[in-house]
Amino acid sequence: MSLPAYYTAKDKVWHYAFRVICFAIFFFLLAPILIMIPLSFNAQPYFTFTREMLTLNPEGYSLRWYEDFLGDEGWMRSIRNSFAIGIAATVLSTSLGTLAALGLSRAEMPAKGLIMGVLISPMIVPLIISAAGMFFFFSQINIAQTFFGVVLAHAALGTPFVVITVTATLVGFDQSLTRAAANLGASPTTNFFKITMPLILPGVISGALFAFITSFDEIVVVLFVAGVEQRTIPREMWSGIREDISPTILAVATILVLISIALLTVVELLRRRGERMRGMSPQ
Amino acid sequence: MAMSDASGNDVAIGNETDSKGRLLTSDGRPLRAALDRANRRRKLTAFGLVAPLLAFIVIFFAFPIVQMMWRSVDNPAVIDALPRTLVALEDWNGEDLPSEAVYRALYEDMMADEELPRLEQKIGPLAVRLNYEVSAARGAISRTSRNVDEFEAPFKDAFMDAHRLWRDTEIWRIIEREGRPLTASYYLAAVDAEYDENNEIVRADENRRIYVALFGRTFAMSVVITFMTFALGFPIAYYLSSLPMSKANLLMIAVLLPFWTSLLVRTSAWIVLLQGQGVINEMLVSIGLIGDDNRISMIYNMTGTIIAMTHILLPFMVLPLYSVMKTIPPSYVRAAKSLGATPTTAFRRVYFPQTLPGIAAGGVLVFIISIGYYITPALVGGQSGRMISNEIARHIQSSLNWGLAAALGSMLLVSVLILYWLFNKLVGTDSLKFG
Repeated sequence: MSLPAYYTAKDKVWHYAFRVICFAIFFFLLAPILIMIPLSFNAQPYFTFTREMLTLNPEGYSLRWYEDFLGDEGWMRSIRNSFAIGIAATVLSTSLGTLAALGLSRAEMPAKGLIMGVLISPMIVPLIISAAGMFFFFSQINIAQTFFGVVLAHAALGTPFVVITVTATLVGFDQSLTRAAANLGASPTTNFFKITMPLILPGVISGALFAFITSFDEIVVVLFVAGVEQRTIPREMWSGIREDISPTILAVATILVLISIALLTVVELLRRRGERMRGMSPQ
Repeated sequence: MAMSDASGNDVAIGNETDSKGRLLTSDGRPLRAALDRANRRRKLTAFGLVAPLLAFIVIFFAFPIVQMMWRSVDNPAVIDALPRTLVALEDWNGEDLPSEAVYRALYEDMMADEELPRLEQKIGPLAVRLNYEVSAARGAISRTSRNVDEFEAPFKDAFMDAHRLWRDTEIWRIIEREGRPLTASYYLAAVDAEYDENNEIVRADENRRIYVALFGRTFAMSVVITFMTFALGFPIAYYLSSLPMSKANLLMIAVLLPFWTSLLVRTSAWIVLLQGQGVINEMLVSIGLIGDDNRISMIYNMTGTIIAMTHILLPFMVLPLYSVMKTIPPSYVRAAKSLGATPTTAFRRVYFPQTLPGIAAGGVLVFIISIGYYITPALVGGQSGRMISNEIARHIQSSLNWGLAAALGSMLLVSVLILYWLFNKLVGTDSLKFG
């Protein structure tokens, strides 16, 4: 990169110093996450690089923590739970949230501000308070420590993300398309599935992914509402960190990092697709 | 003739008017009524789409929280357990020990409680409730109620022999005060205050003042974390916004990957790095910067909490900052420089003021999230890094003082809602974007 000719020596120093600072901050963001990946292959039960690892001696590396993880019934159950709860909660929050977003983006919707406030409150209220409230209420109606209870709780926490992303997609939505369809004889249902849905789909999917990751990563509500049978991956990690911290945690963490990279890629691709589509459609 | 209203629904209108001169539709109804009906129907449809989610959130989210907050003032224990005693206490002068009649009523209440099925007994909850006020109450009341069927008149002496608690006016003052359906005592406890002998509100003993300090520490830590995320987030947001789109998107991954990575993964990453036998200490020892026996304790204290939370919340600062900086045309700063401003002046007077909405959005967002944070302080906070939410969780899960937990929770919730309201005033929720 060539610098402008009019840069003085001071400008040049500042130009490079600023980049060094920025890359140090990027390093701060990424290093803690990435450093766990090599450490998870440690042959020793330590959280640090052994001499063998540093000299790249193959004996310093092993898959024992992955074997530990895959052979443990508790961890395996937590994977099943996390996916089952995450998917169920996502389906519930995405369908309710998409419907609500469709209503909220209509001009004639009454009390929009107030209702929007209530709907996004699960995102604002500190999790500890939501968890405490649900803990008492779910115990009263006998759904605490059930699969159903955890799904309901996670669905409630995920809906704001769906409502916000889908509403944002609908801002650029051309209402004359649905009117044209209705004019050509489409019923409201046909209209929804053939016209509206394909157009807002990127928004719905990224909302759904946010709802899924919210549930998948959620731990506070699980601590209060879930029983032993509903332990999810974060819940299992929580006990792992609190009780006996072993490098198995790092193996799990590595797998979770890979999952988040996959999700991040999907969301990013969707966002670009959405931008392209909106760029093409007449405003 | 057909007319199209704003949303394109056709309302047929004829050319006739009725006797009062109002326009009529082709089927003879007044036009205004027909329009109102159509509008009402559309309103109902819109509301009908929102209603399922609204009902869901109200039932499973809002109602439980309101119900929990209600616990912070709800006070049924004394009324339920000692109805007769409370009636008898009405004549008490509040100075000396109550009369025999009061002790007899207490005896009757306790005897009546023994008749109830075990799950409906009220003396147990009463003992727990009064124990929040006097620490000896629980043991005293349960012991007395176990032996009460052997008591004989005069009951005043019988009670006073049974436990010294009944020889003191303090317990009677508390029973009288808490014999009302609502109480302020949980909120008093939450601000380190209590009632003295004359039922006046005073500050709690020095060694029992915890919550005001804890709220203060929670706020102070949140301010520090918000400032740290700003100090680290501003340069990289600025750098990202100055890059061409393709490069910026690539570097953005450095911000988004932590954002999408599990919270527990990030917290355990910091444990791995910072603990006594962790990566950083081992490295410092091996290059001989610190001795093997004085490793730096960077985790399980306030430092660890602040480092980990800064890392976790940094994306929440960078994303709003970046989206604001993206919209600032670089020509403004160039114009300022061409008019003779030094780079510092151009930055301070022209660029920086335009980033304020982003700073406000990111700052309030990070602050709101950090004052209610639970997981990271619980895992890496140790004693000095505890925050208010850890105390709420402790009262719900182990000390079982739910009223106090509710009072602390309500205070936290109210502070968050005020901040959120401010956030809305400053920037509006529309600027909330994810990813």
